[in-house]
Amino acid sequence: MSAAAKKPRPKYLSLTALLFEIRQPIPAWVSILHRISGALLFFPFAAWLLFMLDRSLASEGGFDAIKGHYLQLPLVKLGMLAFIWAYAHHFCAGIRFLLLDLNKGIELRQARMSSVAVLLASLAITAIFGSRLW
Amino acid sequence: MVNRIVVGAHYGLVGWLAQRITGAIMAVYTVILIVVFVRGQPITYGVWVELFDHAWMRIGTLLFAASLGWHAWVGVRDIIMDYVRADGLRLALQVLVLLLIAVYLGWTIEILWR
Repeated sequence: MSAAAKKPRPKYLSLTALLFEIRQPIPAWVSILHRISGALLFFPFAAWLLFMLDRSLASEGGFDAIKGHYLQLPLVKLGMLAFIWAYAHHFCAGIRFLLLDLNKGIELRQARMSSVAVLLASLAITAIFGSRLW
Repeated sequence: MVNRIVVGAHYGLVGWLAQRITGAIMAVYTVILIVVFVRGQPITYGVWVELFDHAWMRIGTLLFAASLGWHAWVGVRDIIMDYVRADGLRLALQVLVLLLIAVYLGWTIEILWR
């Protein structure tokens, strides 16, 4: 039996190995962040936004409480900033994956460049929309 | 070249395709909403209520919520299948996710058609 065939498969990697021992290529980080941002958007962010939509549409008092008071709290602003980044990253990385599915940009150089572009674009979007919170 | 023979009921293919289509739907909704916000007048209570009074906005938002539910089900199920290997816990988490999606959908409908 060859050496390759004797290796135990599947091989599970520990979180510490992924974070500190293996140097991940940038497309891997885009993929991992796509997963983390997706999970966060599903919970708690979706529930949080539904809560704010509910209150803001229920009555004028509710709208003022959300816009004039709730969204002015520093912790809420920080949470909104995290939400905007998660949405922006998930959006940009998702479009990149759609293009990869269509065989666009699958060469190594292009794939690395597009993953850098996703990271930068989502940070830029976070800065643009996040600045409107203040 | 890998010659793979696809067998079974193709559930995986449906999920894969659905995730991409629902993702595209949500992306279009997001861009339209941003354009409305950036080009429209400042959001007051009146503007806000009027926006959600339009049939297209309600239907579009419901379509977004339904897309999110399906999209999230495929995505979160992938995450659970990758990291949770104990059968009981995995099933419990998947049921919890389905219940949460149902709550989101019901809540969205209640908000939009109050």
